[in-house]
Amino acid sequence: MGTVFTLDLVTDLPEAELAPGIDDAFAWLRWVDDTFSTYKPGSEISRLRRGELSPEQCHTEVRGVLAACRQLTEETEGYFDAWAGPTRALDPSGLVKGWAAERASGMLSAAGATDHCLNAAGDIALAGAPAPGQPWRIGIAHPLVPQRLTTVVAVGEGGVATSGTAERGCHVVNPHTGRPAVGLASVTVIGPSLAAADAYATAAVAMGTDAPVWLSSLDGYESFVLDAAGHLWRSAGFAALQVA
Amino acid sequence: MRRAVLALIATAAIVVGLLHYKTTSAPKSLRIALGSATPGGASQPSPASSATSPSGPSPSTGPSPSTAVAGQTRTITGPVEQNQFGPVQVQITVTGSHITAVKTLQLPTDRARSAYISSVAGPLLTQEATQAQSANIDSISGASYTSYSFAESLQAAISQAGLSS
Repeated sequence: MGTVFTLDLVTDLPEAELAPGIDDAFAWLRWVDDTFSTYKPGSEISRLRRGELSPEQCHTEVRGVLAACRQLTEETEGYFDAWAGPTRALDPSGLVKGWAAERASGMLSAAGATDHCLNAAGDIALAGAPAPGQPWRIGIAHPLVPQRLTTVVAVGEGGVATSGTAERGCHVVNPHTGRPAVGLASVTVIGPSLAAADAYATAAVAMGTDAPVWLSSLDGYESFVLDAAGHLWRSAGFAALQVA
Repeated sequence: MRRAVLALIATAAIVVGLLHYKTTSAPKSLRIALGSATPGGASQPSPASSATSPSGPSPSTGPSPSTAVAGQTRTITGPVEQNQFGPVQVQITVTGSHITAVKTLQLPTDRARSAYISSVAGPLLTQEATQAQSANIDSISGASYTSYSFAESLQAAISQAGLSS
């Protein structure tokens, strides 16, 4: 699968000093793609799906992701379910992108690139600040009106994840009904962990119009929902993040 | 404080690193494609053959490799890649040996769902669209456009540009 990553970093350090850390972070992202991509027949996930590997034979990171998926299924009242996709085959994609980007962000910070914005195909990991005392300004794309933004938020470190019903042309399935989730055009979740935000946004899309109730219960995460009819809902603390 | 915008073009085998330092204009964010190599590429350990692979490339014209000349700006168009929703074609602009723009020429439009994705996510893939409402924003969170076809067309354009090294 071709995932588009964009990295903006703010630094006084010379390129030569940062390049190895940046290379390592992107090597990690490539490794994640090679290991988890359902589009790559040789990935561990693909081999798991075909029964060629048992979970116990998989890489530690794969086992960790699968365990996190099971935990998220509980946390989301069953709405995040890596085993409930259209084909019922294992698909942890709702977590992997945000999880991989969050890890890459940590690697970049550890390598000295402490102020950066890593955009993983619409899910964003933020560290530090674009300028001293300034927040990152993140636009949220309008899912129904091309080239428009619904809003702009000012956020510090953490993650901004957006999920929608039309991503990749695949259905998001409501695991409780087995039918495609309808009702929401997009959900944005903002909080300390991009991995969690990614999974919560995915779960919320599966919940459909019932999502706001559950999203309101999240501790430390603010969210924003646009339904298929164009109506907005915001969590209690979301308005405080908005700048436009 | 200097602002450095780092853009990395990553394929399965190649990383080309570009570093742009801020001048008087806003730093540019370049779109990169990661991870999806043509099956059978140099460093791919996974087997190339499988019934589950997406449809392979169908180039509209044969690639014509060009060479980098310092300061010269060239436009290289990748092949049309077909996926289940339609065609995807990427064009890159290269100045010297640096990729300065990535543009999608073709995106699937023949179905309501893919037209929706194309209309929302397509513009997010181009520099122009990012700047079109940029108004001091650092990045955009939105519907993701993950596409094997996009990355294949992009990688072919990079190869045609003679940037593989």
